[in-house]
Amino acid sequence: MEGRLKGAVVAMVVPAFDEMGSREAPRPCYAAVGDWIGRTPASLFELKRQEAEFCFRRTGITFAVYTEGGDPERLIPFDIIPRILDGQEWEFLSRGLKQRVRALNAFIGDVYGKQEFIHAGKVPADLILKNPCFVQPMAGLEVAAGIYTHVAGIDVVRVNPTEFYVLEDNCRTPSGVSYMIENREIMSRLFPDLFARCRVRPVSHYPEELLDTLRSVAPRRCAGEPTVVLLSPGSYNSAYYEHTFLADEMGIEIVEGADLVVDDDVVYMRTTQGLQRVDVIYRRIDDAFLDPQVFRSDSMLGVAGLMSAYRAGNVTLANAVGAGIADDKAVYTYVPEMVRFFLGEEPILRNVPTWKCAEPGDLAYVLDHLAELVVKDVHGSGGYGMLVGPHATIAERAAFAEVLRSKPDRYIAQPTLSLSTCPTFVQQGIAPRHVDLRPFVLCGRDIHIVPGGLTRVALREGSLVVNSSQGGGTKDTWVIDL
Amino acid sequence: MLSRTAENLYWLARYVERAESVARLVDVALRMSAMPFDPGTGRSEWKSAIIASGCEKSFYAKYADPTAETVIRHLVRDLDNPSSILSCLATARRNSRAVRTALTVDMWEAINGTWLAMRGFGEDAFTVGHIPRFLDWVKERSTLFSGAALATMLQTDAFWFTRLGTYIERADNTARILDVKYNVLLPRHEPVGGTLDHYQWAAILSSVSSRRAYQWLYHDRIKPWLVAELLILRPEMPRSLITCVREINYYLDVIGGVYRARRTCHELAARVLRQLNHTNVEQIFQVGLHEFLTEFIDGNTELGTCISQQYFQAAQVSVQTLDEGRRAAQA
Repeated sequence: MEGRLKGAVVAMVVPAFDEMGSREAPRPCYAAVGDWIGRTPASLFELKRQEAEFCFRRTGITFAVYTEGGDPERLIPFDIIPRILDGQEWEFLSRGLKQRVRALNAFIGDVYGKQEFIHAGKVPADLILKNPCFVQPMAGLEVAAGIYTHVAGIDVVRVNPTEFYVLEDNCRTPSGVSYMIENREIMSRLFPDLFARCRVRPVSHYPEELLDTLRSVAPRRCAGEPTVVLLSPGSYNSAYYEHTFLADEMGIEIVEGADLVVDDDVVYMRTTQGLQRVDVIYRRIDDAFLDPQVFRSDSMLGVAGLMSAYRAGNVTLANAVGAGIADDKAVYTYVPEMVRFFLGEEPILRNVPTWKCAEPGDLAYVLDHLAELVVKDVHGSGGYGMLVGPHATIAERAAFAEVLRSKPDRYIAQPTLSLSTCPTFVQQGIAPRHVDLRPFVLCGRDIHIVPGGLTRVALREGSLVVNSSQGGGTKDTWVIDL
Repeated sequence: MLSRTAENLYWLARYVERAESVARLVDVALRMSAMPFDPGTGRSEWKSAIIASGCEKSFYAKYADPTAETVIRHLVRDLDNPSSILSCLATARRNSRAVRTALTVDMWEAINGTWLAMRGFGEDAFTVGHIPRFLDWVKERSTLFSGAALATMLQTDAFWFTRLGTYIERADNTARILDVKYNVLLPRHEPVGGTLDHYQWAAILSSVSSRRAYQWLYHDRIKPWLVAELLILRPEMPRSLITCVREINYYLDVIGGVYRARRTCHELAARVLRQLNHTNVEQIFQVGLHEFLTEFIDGNTELGTCISQQYFQAAQVSVQTLDEGRRAAQA
């Protein structure tokens, strides 16, 4: 679901790899920051932390947490110690991410086109065709430049100096990129001297790259400069701040369903001067709400006739409808095979080994090893509906085993990886906390990745839940050149 | 620009201006209540403030007597009253959030900062003894917002619609403040034009921050017809009706010029301006000040509705036209 940052839950069994290394001998990319941490008193960190919080509140960078009462506009905790990758690590990641997103796009195009991947027996037909994320109306529809996921958020975790795993692909409407940019903005205001000492690659040009990407996929018959808009569910959506931030930075209109109208398969927006044609829609609304004539008829957020305009080739939707078929957690296990099949390459980034509970052999293994595995709902997100075996009580595991036996199709299981940690400012002072990383991959006629991403950190000691809805925080992510 | 965005900006400006005007209205009543009164007829300034605010109906639904406490509660902090100061500021902030991208950072921070601070005021701040400080704060925040809009917005339609909202609302409020005097009773033995009458007119001037302006322009004792002239007809006065109507005409003309289309609201606004240009204060007093003001307020409301129909709901109309066109083609 849009806005709820999806996330990683993996447990710690062996001492985790700390990305800074020891205080005495930090890894090279952390040398300057390690030195700074050593010289800065805790009281100053606390002062800066409060200043950062004040900045977030004043700018209105808040997000809503579903299912909870209280203040509807909460801040995601921000940690002021940056998370750092060196240039070489980033080049490696970047190559892997681009490769993965190219394969994901090819796969989605194939699912709604020739279905060669299925015919070649690479994936069970039912897993795709009977998947709730498979959108039948997309079959046979040609999308601009053959791109389905224009903005992909790929969640990556690290277990040691050389190994990264992809935990999850987000091909629909990944959120969080505004935090990547705002975190940097605030850090550079709080610690200008630190930036002066480190060569940190900038990230603030992301919106320009995004706009270029969106323009590059305008409908073929669109003459002249395409009109791009951002379609938002409105100011009550949890990620609304991000929608306004991106629209503002790109200099495009942020529209709601009621601002758009379709006439004769052409999309227009209602302006003070009448109707104005729209060519590309960066939509931050889920598929189900896009068009009440085709999907949920009770949707008040969508635009009647939008799918028909889309089918007529008069408008581009980014991300494409039905892109979710590629980020289903059960389909995830087939991504390395997609890379081989569609690109003829060996995957650069690894998948976390995954047991599919739908398969009897795997289910038996999972039930036997529940205490060491993480079990996830295939369609779940936000850290809801999952079991972290090593952290669960015997009773919780027994109850979950029952659910698994009755609905095995709904679950997958993964080993508990030893997630890396980063120094983090918490109540007790500076202490290691587990992190993950969500880089944002922009895919139009070219692929671009801004160097960095959103680092999420589990603020509670030993916790592996980095989700913002479950008490996780964020960090500024630096790619630095040594 | 998007019709919804234009409409939101227009109402955002109106609500900020209204918060300020309600603060000024309460301020007049406070000033008048500091003056002697006739024990026989009793006080009437709070009742008058309620009438002038246009909130009579909602007030009497909740309270029997207009006293300092009940009127302040209703006009300042009652969230059931959409025109109370706190309601206006909360609505302004909601509108701002809905059109974040159309606001500059400074405008957003002015509104959001106001809203954050507003939630921090304690029970104490709203007592009769402390309310002047709160009212000053409201005026200050409104000035900050207008200043931010003037100094930081691009001079495009977003700005023009924002200014339209400000002036439509300000015209309404100046008329209402002037009308407060109509309902305030003079004690039996006080002559019209006597000391108390003088102080009541002075209170009206003070509440619109124009005592100095009055002296500067007239060099004369405070006289009712001159106060009325100042607030209705003097183009030098930034809050006078004629200034507001001139500004409304100016911004409508700019929009009409850029959009290359004049609409009914242009004609309506021009007509109101013509009427003000061709009247003088003697004529106004002949008709009756109260009657004149009532008619003005109604005309101003009509103009607001007309602007709204022609710019904010215009695209709805063009969809209908498209539909009709197609139906005609099929037939």
